[in-house]
Parts: sequence; structure tokens; C-alpha cells
Amino acid sequence: MIKIKNLHKKFGKLTVLDGLDLEIDKGGIFAILGPNGSGKTTLIKALLGMVIPSKGDISIDGNSVLKKWNYRNELNYLPQIANFPANLSVIELIKMVKNLRPKTPNEKELIDLFGLNEFLNKKLGNLSGGTKQKVNLVLTFMFDSDLIILDEPTTGLDPIALIHLKNLIKKEKKSGKTILLTTHIMSVVEELADEIVFLLDGKIYFKGSVEKLKKQTSQTNLEHAIANLITKQNA
Amino acid sequence: MLKILKYSIFDLLRSRWSYVYFTFYLLLGFVLLFLNNDVNKAVITLMNIIIVLTPLIGTIFGVMYYYNSKEFTELLLAQPIKRSQIFMGQYLGISLSLTLSLVLGLGIPFVMYGLFKSTAIFDFSLLILIGSFLNFIFVALAYNIALSTENKIKGFGYAILMWLFLAVIYDGIFMISLIIFNEYPLDKFSLFATMLNPIDLSRILILLKLDISALLGYTGAIFKDFFGANIGAFTSILILMLWVVLPLRRIKYKLKRKDF
Amino acid sequence: MRCLILFLFFTITLQANTIKVCASCDVKTIKEAVLLAKKGDTVLVKKGLYKETKIYISKGIHLVGENYPVIDAEFKTDSVFAVKANDFSISGFKFKNIGMSYIKEIAAVFVSHSKNFTIKDNILENVFYGFIIQSSKFGLIQNNKVTGNSEKESTSGNGVHVWKCKKLRIEQNKIFGMRDAIYLEFVNESSISNNISADNIRYGLHFMFSNHNEYNNNEFRNNGAGVAVMFSKFIKMHHNTFHFNWGTASYGLLLKEIYDAEIHDNYFEQNTVGINIDGCNRITYKSNHFIRNGWALKFTGGCYTNTFEYNNFMHNAFDLSYNSRLNDNKFEANYWSEYTGYDIDKNGLGDVPHRPVKLFSYIVGKTPETMILLRSLFVDIINFSEKVSPVFTPDKLIDKTPLMRPVNPVE
Repeated sequence: MIKIKNLHKKFGKLTVLDGLDLEIDKGGIFAILGPNGSGKTTLIKALLGMVIPSKGDISIDGNSVLKKWNYRNELNYLPQIANFPANLSVIELIKMVKNLRPKTPNEKELIDLFGLNEFLNKKLGNLSGGTKQKVNLVLTFMFDSDLIILDEPTTGLDPIALIHLKNLIKKEKKSGKTILLTTHIMSVVEELADEIVFLLDGKIYFKGSVEKLKKQTSQTNLEHAIANLITKQNA
Repeated sequence: MLKILKYSIFDLLRSRWSYVYFTFYLLLGFVLLFLNNDVNKAVITLMNIIIVLTPLIGTIFGVMYYYNSKEFTELLLAQPIKRSQIFMGQYLGISLSLTLSLVLGLGIPFVMYGLFKSTAIFDFSLLILIGSFLNFIFVALAYNIALSTENKIKGFGYAILMWLFLAVIYDGIFMISLIIFNEYPLDKFSLFATMLNPIDLSRILILLKLDISALLGYTGAIFKDFFGANIGAFTSILILMLWVVLPLRRIKYKLKRKDF
Repeated sequence: MRCLILFLFFTITLQANTIKVCASCDVKTIKEAVLLAKKGDTVLVKKGLYKETKIYISKGIHLVGENYPVIDAEFKTDSVFAVKANDFSISGFKFKNIGMSYIKEIAAVFVSHSKNFTIKDNILENVFYGFIIQSSKFGLIQNNKVTGNSEKESTSGNGVHVWKCKKLRIEQNKIFGMRDAIYLEFVNESSISNNISADNIRYGLHFMFSNHNEYNNNEFRNNGAGVAVMFSKFIKMHHNTFHFNWGTASYGLLLKEIYDAEIHDNYFEQNTVGINIDGCNRITYKSNHFIRNGWALKFTGGCYTNTFEYNNFMHNAFDLSYNSRLNDNKFEANYWSEYTGYDIDKNGLGDVPHRPVKLFSYIVGKTPETMILLRSLFVDIINFSEKVSPVFTPDKLIDKTPLMRPVNPVE
């Protein structure tokens, strides 16, 4: 479904993506992992068209997406930091995003799920971080798209909301969606991810299932396995 | 783009700062008129304030809005909308809401004090027109700076420097060159240098309308000839428009290459 | 003996005849009547239209118009009345269409070598020159209304043109649309008062080489250049109003080489330059109002020993500018609307001296082109910094006791 070929990105002198190749098949949950500065966010942003690659190509379903914008109609994105215009109310923001996309949304269900009904008329500036993140999730999941990209989706969520989120992700996967997510919480990865894509120095260092990773590093614990990957590289 | 415009106006119209700005102009208008009860005189005082303040406020609002809505902009960038439409929408949103504050804030007191019956209505309209132009120009310049500067503090600094340059330093250099090259005919140079800076151009346009041109002596006569004729008025408006269009072009250019 | 003379005088006066002129009278033209009249006679001209010029008057007669008879000169290049006589008067006429000439001075009334005369209550329309008075004395020119439609200086004349005269009174005239409203050259000991001159293309009042004169209560409005007073001594100018003389080279009052004058209680409003002072010494400026002028005072030549006190300087773009030496001039107890000092001891005088010369005005004095930066923020900033710590503006040019409130504020 997603095909990334020889992707390069430099910010000034700093090389962030260095000839990255990646293919992601349709359906399933892919955890994009890597140490800080390995290029996770840049990769996601390149996919979203927010970062413009220095070299290389990205295609979705066989069509190059560079410098295009309508492919994003088939893509839902959850940004890392949920910061919205402070003077809009929750419902106004939801309406606005609905307005921006031609698809029919199902926000009611999600608002109920995350218990946001009482906040609908509150200004976004007055909401707590966790509530903002819930709003963020509603905005992401209310459209039915083939590709869902989640950047640190668990930030600030209480345990109940976290369970709802996990169920939501699983549900989406069942209906055949492709989900990319980044996170630092390994339990989430272990519970959800079908495949791990491990980035290091702007390249794919590992791609495969959690089991494969554990096997390859002869570790039983995922966190240790990851740590092992990094230290081996450095050694 | 209209949707983005709608929402950013919506957002700004509810911002405390829009009200502060609006209230400032409202009070200014009332105080000026209350103090001398003469619409004509108030227009002159107003000019001094408008040509300094609208660029400054436009600049500050521009950078502030850009940096404050950065994350939200990223959310928008992930939506199926063209980049340029997002930023044009935001740009127009800020410029229009600032212009609205200016027009209403000053318009209400002046209309209440009988602007429509006064001869000052043309001067006042010109003042408002130029104030609006300055809003659009300086928000565009501020957006340029913000787009090119990742660091918020630096961006803010550059923007203030830009304002300082056009509002003050430029005139300083202008004055020094007039003094140094005193021996050469300087009318063309003056005309040119004035045209190049939107604040100076605005100031001269208003000054000539307020008929202070008599004080400007020979140079004033040349300016009056130029700006008084249709070609001059046309050129001035054209240049003010260029000051809007060129920064916008650069925003578009920058957006094609910008990483968020 | 004296009684007898007086008696004789009165009998002669009483015996004076009145000659009536009208279309149905015995005498049909003014010229004819003037020829018939003897010294002391009155020529009474009834209402009607008289197309006459070249009327010579050489004896002391009184020409009186009844209900403003119209004398139409039909643009002929001759004056209507040419007078060379003592004890005459002309009043109550309406003069029209005095012809223009490049070589001749043509007026409604041309007076020369005369004494004791009165010209009053006349209306002059569309004239080249209004009145020309030469080498005469003891004359009264009163309550005339003169209008011209001057467009160019070279093809227009003056309202009241006086040359080489003494002891004249020019009062209550209204003069519009001429070249100079009142022009005086070599005129001494005369008084010009309560006149209004407006919309004249050059000067509202123009006088040169004229000493010991007084100018009181006149109004000069919207004249091309303003009022010019040159090369004269011992002049008193009181209670005049100079306003709306607004143009590139305009001023309310131009003083050039004037010595020992008094300029008191005058009102200067909205002139490009209130008073342009060029080489004038020993003048006292007192209780004048300078309101909303471009420059209130502009010195363009060396000026010494002048005193400025109790004047109001309000809302002028520049209160003062100069481009040459200013020595021994005293500024004391004036009101400056720009003054920002304080008065702790509440004696009505500011405790901090005021510096009326702004840095920008100094710079404009040196480089006039910099005027283009008027009202810019940069200029405000340099003015402010100069005010805080003066470097360029002269130390001596200060008002040590600025007033906290205006003197006799005018509405």
C-alpha cells in the first residue's frame, strides 16, 4: 500500500533520513520505533506531505503523493501535541474539521465514548491536556479512511480512555485499515503492533513482528530487545 | 480557503486581543474628539498614531498568530487542503479582523461626532484605507518572517526589527543621505525613497491630503504634482498593493519548500 | 479779524452751489458738471449709467453719487477721475471695468499733488488699479469696496496704491482679488486700520520705505503671499489678524529690514509661516497669538535685539526656525503648547526652561529637503532625545520662564 523509495531528508547539514526504503502492506498495525532523533517524526511528516523530501519518492496505492494534497482525504492523522485555537469551542472545532473534509463523520459515537459531551461548548483554551487529547482523538477517528497515522496517541490519557483507544485501534484494524503509530510505551506496542519498524540513523534497521525481534535479539522482554538493537548498533 | 478564513476570523474575533485593540481605537477616537471636538483636527492626530501603530500591531499579531497556532496549523496540514489555502486563509483572517477593529473602533466615534456632515470624511476615509493597507502589508511581512524562522523568540525579534527598520531606521538613513548629498538635486531620490517604504508612502499620502504640502517647499510642490495627479495616486495605490502582493508571493514560494 | 475770516469762510461755503447730473437733468455728463463747478461746489450725480473716463479735476469740489451711479470705463485705458486739487471729495460712486495697460497706471481715481481730500463709500468692480495716490497728504480713504479678478501679477494692479505721501488714513476698506490690496511706498506718518484684504494674488498689504506708520485692526486673509513690510522704521502693528495664507511661499507677515517696530496683539493662524523675519532689529513682539502655523516664526537673516514676550505659540508644526545668527534676542514668559515642564511653586511660570527650536527644525533649516520626513516617528524620536540632552540646538535660545497657561486665550 505504502511504498517509500530511497527517501533522503536533510535539515541544513543534519541528515535525518538517509536513503530510507520501506514498504507497508495494506491492513495491520505498524509501530514505528526508534531512539530520539532517528527520523520517526520526519518519516511520518514526509508521508503527510508536511516535510518535503530532498530526494526519493513516496507512493500510496501506486500513486506518488509528493506535492499532492487530495490523497490526504484517505488519511487520518493524530498530531503529537494537541494545541487548538484557544477561542473556539470543542463543537466548533469538530464542525470546522468536518467542514474541511468531504467525508461523512461519525463523531457522536466517539464523543460519547470519550465522555466529551459536557465539554462540547467549552473553549479549547480552557481544557486540560488529557481532554484536549481526547478531542484530538475524536477528530482523528471520526472519518473512515484507509490509512491512520497516530503520533504518540496515548499522551495524557487516563486508563479508561486508554482502554477505549486501544479498542478503537483494534476495531479499525479489524475493518482492514492500515495504522501507523509511534509511541514510547512498549506495552502498547506489544499489545497492538503486528509489525515493528525500527529506525536508526535515517534508515530502516529492523522490520518484522515482535516475535521476530525478540528472537533476533534473544530477549524475552520487548524493551530489552529494543535496547539490545540500539547497543548492538553502537558497539 | 474560505473555510479556514471563516474559522480564523471567528477565532480572532473572540480573542481578548482583538477586543483590546478595538477598544483602544474606540477610546482613542472618543478621547480625540472629546478633547478638541473637531473632526478635522482629530484626523491629523490620528494620522500620527495610525502610521506607527497599525504596522506595529499588524506585525505583532501576525507573528503571534503564526506561532500560537502552529500545532493547529499542523493539524490542518494533515487535512486534504492545499498548503497555500491554509495560510492564505489565516493571513486574510488576521488582516481582516485587524482591519475590522480599526474601521469599527475609529468609525463609531467619528460617525457619532458627525463625520458624515463633516468635510473631513474624505481625509478620514483615506486614513482608514491606508490603515487597512498597512494592516495587510505588515501581517504579510510578519508571516514571511515567521515562516522563515523556526525559533519563536527569534521570529518575534526579527519581526520587531523589521517594523523598527521601516518605521524608524529607514527614515534615519533617508535623512542622513539627504544631509550628506545635499548638493545634488534630491527630489527624484526623495520620491523614490518614499515610495519604497510603505510607512513613508502612507505618511506622505496623508500629509499631502491634509495640505501640509505647503510646508514641504519645493520638494513638496514636486510631490504634490506627482501624487496630486491621477498617475501618482494610481502609482501609490499600485505600490501599496505590490507591498501586499510581493510578500504573499514569497509566502507561496516559501510554502512550496517549507517543512513543518 | 479772525472772526471776520471765519465769517467770510462760512458765507463762501454757504454760497457753494450744487450741480445735479442725470439723464433728464440739464447737465447730463459728469465731465460737463465738473467743468461748470467752482471751488467748493458739489456735483451731485443721480443714479444712472455714465460711460465716462478722463475727467480732470483741478479745483476743490465735492463729487457725490446718489444711490451709487455707475461709471463704466468700458476698459478704456484711461483713469476715470484724475485729480490734482486740494479740499476735494469723491463719494458714493460705483466704478466698473477700468482698463488694463502694461505701460500706464490706470485707476478709478488717480490723485496727485493734492491735499485735504476724502475718498469714501465707493464701490469698485473689475478694476485694474483702484485708487492711485501720489505725492499727496492729509487724505482719507474710507469704506471703499474694491474687487478685481486678478489672475496674473503682470496683468493686474493694486487696490490702493500710494506713493510718496504723508499723513494719510486708509480705513475700513474691503479689498479683494487684486494684485496687492494696499501698496505703500515712501509713505510716512500714516495709519492703516480696520481694512479687510482677502484673496489678493500677491500681498494683502505691501509697503516699503515707509516710516512712522501704524497698522491696526486689519484682517489679512488668504492672500497669495501674505503681508510684506520692508525697509521701514518705527512701525506699529497692533491687533491685526493674519490667517489662511497657505501656500508654498506664503506667510502671514514678512518683515525685511524693519527696525524699531512694535508688533503687539496680532493673531496669526494657519499660515505657512506666521512671521518671516529677515534682518530685523529692535522689535518687540508682545501678546501675539500664533496658532496652527507651519512655522510660527522663521528667521531668515541675522536678527538682533528683539524681544518676544507674552506670546502664545500653539500647535504650530514648528514654533521657531532660523538659519543664521540670532544674537541678543530675548524670549521671556511666552506660552508654548509644546512645553512639557512643570510648575511646582505654582507661580504660573514653568520651572524648567523651554527650548523652542526643535532638532528637526534645526535640520530642516540646514537641509530643507529633509522636511519630507515631517511627522515621522524617527523625527519624533530625535526631537525627544535632543530635548532630553541638547547637543545641536543653541544654548542661548531659551525661554527661561515659559508660561503654564496661554495669555488671553482666543476662542
